[in-house]
Amino acid sequence: MLPHAAGDSGDALLEAEGLNAWYGRAHILFDVALSVRRGEVVALMGRNGAGKSTTLKALMGLLPGSAGRRRFAGAEIAALQPYLVCQLGLGYVPEDRRIFTDLSVAENLEVGRRPPRPGLPAWTPERLFQIFPNLAEMRHRSAARMSGGEQQMLTIARTLMGNPQAILLDEPSEGLAPVIVEQMARTLKALKAEGLTILLSEQNLYFAREVSDRAYVIEKGRIRYQGAMADLAANDEVRQAYLTV
Amino acid sequence: MTFASIVIQFLNGLAGASSLFLVAAGLSLIFGVTRIVNFAHGSFYMLGVYLAYSLVETFGRSYLGFWGGVLLAAALVGAIGAAVEILLLRRIYRAPELFQLLGTFGLVLVIKDVVLYFWGPEDLLGPRAPGLRGAVTVLGKSFPEYDIVLIACGPIVLALLWLLMARTRWGTLVRAATQDREMVGALGVNQAWLFTGVFALGSFLAGLGGAIQVPREPAQLFLDITVIADAFVVVVVGGMGSIPGAFLAAFIIGQIKAFCIGIGDVSVLGFGVSFSKLTLVVEFLVMAAVLVVRPWGLLGREQAQPRASGEAEAPLQPFGPSGRAVALAVLALLALLPLAADAYTLVLLIDVYTAALFAVSLHLLMGPGGVVSFGHAAYFGLGAYGAALLFKHLALPMEAALALSPVVAGAGALLFGWFCVRLSGVYLAMLTLAFAQIAWSVVYQWDSVTGGSNGMPGITRASWLAGSVAYYYLAFAITAAGIFALWRAVHAPFGYALRAGRDSPLRAEAIGIDVKRTQWLAFALAGAFAGVAGGVFVFAKGVADAQYLEIPKSVDGLVMILMGGVQTLLGPVVGAVTFTWLFDAIRRATEFYRSFFGLVILVLVLVFPAGIVGSLAALRSRGKASP
Repeated sequence: MLPHAAGDSGDALLEAEGLNAWYGRAHILFDVALSVRRGEVVALMGRNGAGKSTTLKALMGLLPGSAGRRRFAGAEIAALQPYLVCQLGLGYVPEDRRIFTDLSVAENLEVGRRPPRPGLPAWTPERLFQIFPNLAEMRHRSAARMSGGEQQMLTIARTLMGNPQAILLDEPSEGLAPVIVEQMARTLKALKAEGLTILLSEQNLYFAREVSDRAYVIEKGRIRYQGAMADLAANDEVRQAYLTV
Repeated sequence: MTFASIVIQFLNGLAGASSLFLVAAGLSLIFGVTRIVNFAHGSFYMLGVYLAYSLVETFGRSYLGFWGGVLLAAALVGAIGAAVEILLLRRIYRAPELFQLLGTFGLVLVIKDVVLYFWGPEDLLGPRAPGLRGAVTVLGKSFPEYDIVLIACGPIVLALLWLLMARTRWGTLVRAATQDREMVGALGVNQAWLFTGVFALGSFLAGLGGAIQVPREPAQLFLDITVIADAFVVVVVGGMGSIPGAFLAAFIIGQIKAFCIGIGDVSVLGFGVSFSKLTLVVEFLVMAAVLVVRPWGLLGREQAQPRASGEAEAPLQPFGPSGRAVALAVLALLALLPLAADAYTLVLLIDVYTAALFAVSLHLLMGPGGVVSFGHAAYFGLGAYGAALLFKHLALPMEAALALSPVVAGAGALLFGWFCVRLSGVYLAMLTLAFAQIAWSVVYQWDSVTGGSNGMPGITRASWLAGSVAYYYLAFAITAAGIFALWRAVHAPFGYALRAGRDSPLRAEAIGIDVKRTQWLAFALAGAFAGVAGGVFVFAKGVADAQYLEIPKSVDGLVMILMGGVQTLLGPVVGAVTFTWLFDAIRRATEFYRSFFGLVILVLVLVFPAGIVGSLAALRSRGKASP
């Protein structure tokens, strides 16, 4: 087991301990432990197939073959179905976007809508359109006729409609043009300023460094490194070993 | 045909299309969201007819009583559907398609007996609707007033469904769940209640489709199967999950049926052709044609592959030395059995043998092939009728007729299989069912050649095989050889290619295996051996009967495989033995054997999804794994 950073677990909003996961008989995650404090943006870094998406899915309750402790906002969530995890305030933004292409942009947002949380301003389509201005112009357009970047914005906006306290954001920069990636980084910083907690899975160090406070590095299903984002960016040895291709 | 009679047939077609649309829209809606092909949907229609009959008989003298009764009947069916979803289907959403289909077929059997128990076997014709008892005159011909109301029902329901789907949050969630239900769950929506709601609505539509037919057609016990077959055709032609598709397809099929009945008997090139009898064949031909041109239906779209594909199947193991020794011992025991057994046991064992060969041949498709066939009885029946026709009409000797039964069935399987392997999954299963229904309806309605519903008696055996002991040995030898040959095929390169195509079609294609062609050959092989079973069976019974090709016969084969375990070699044999023995025992014990049998299916699906052999194997490996 890796030593925990000081003060890690006490005020954590989201944490996992001894998290194992399997696809069929293949063992994918080995005793993954991580925690995210309220208001933090934490990056889960690693190469393709390292177990980033699997970790996020297991946290969300989307993997039937998983074991280990998972807590969110003080509640044990390991045995909960995804819809209950979401209702507790943990939002999920999938890597492959999974936009409802049969529905319009506004309807996609409607599917994600949940009642507001006490004490927090509720997300409305109008507020989201201020953060994602591209979406405002195409609210009645079929989601099938959107670019990859627009779909990525929509999938984040759709999850925000559930008024989450924290979101699991799976590789938001993947497959996007550099200019869109920059826009995405600005958006995430704006969301962080709103008080949103984010656990982000990423391969793109430059993007992750822009938005994250801390980082975990995962390789072959095991957490290999954890620390402040700035330290990771400065640590050539770890980057060479686990991140560069 | 005059212009006036064409118009009347057109209106008849519209009236028929309305109920068809209501049923098919419900089926399509349920499939879209839950991915369950609900075999019991026709039974819900039938329940709607019977419930509406009783309610309208009691209250139907006033407008309010009649229409209130119709709506109440539909609402009751909706409630029954919700109960079924909560109690049964929730437990099998993650099960393979085949289990879901079989589970809902178990429900068909139970509902049929429930209806038989409460309403009895006689046809029941309800009263006509108050204020709509007369007829209007259209171009000099009379047309029932009530049918005009029926014609209006279809578009009204279509419009209401459209409003529900496009203008409400619930409808938005349903459409989203149709596309990606897991994502809808991750966005905080409790799918369980969404599914229950959709199932209740679909069942309500089926019940309504039945209820509005009460003044028009009598309540009958066979409605469940005829309606579900029609609804399958409509949904598949229109496109699974597409409500406008269901409307379009119901319109087309309704028109075709009406015009076939309207044309009636005509003479084509000197042959008398009865179009009114061809309705079933024609609608299935339309379906086959549509599926070949547009495999996802007129307005459907390609189904996404399921996200989480199941675990890869463990490789099949050939028998080891001890397995061979046990097999030889069992064979020796069965060979010596006529010395001790009475005639009844021998006859029952011949049934068991043909059932085993039938099940093993189907298993070649289902297990190693991964192809779910819902119409395997067609090849059993083709073998039986092929032998019977060669024997009676061409006066071939019994031995030659029997030897040609696999040729007839294999040829049929080659023809049908060519269409079927073009599709996959649920569509393929529907198409196999459609071909089986075509074969059945031809046999059932071609009185002059096949004897129709009376069947063909006098299929006698050659004198040296007339005794039951002699025929026992023949059936025993043919079955043992057939099963051996099929098992060899599974372990031959052909079998490897078949299994490779099942487990990973893309990779199989990449290493040079023509997956479709391999499946096509498997179709022909499975069909030929089912034909052998049919040939042996028809000479055992002495009569060819259209029942041999019915849907329940196809389902019997699936249940045998399910009982034994799909991904085991021995499973179909164990299943066939258990099934035939159990069915014989139940049928002799109770009049309500169907519901008993239906409950057996439900228990199997819910408790032992791996089947007898599969469960035993799982137990054994668990025993090995524990320290």
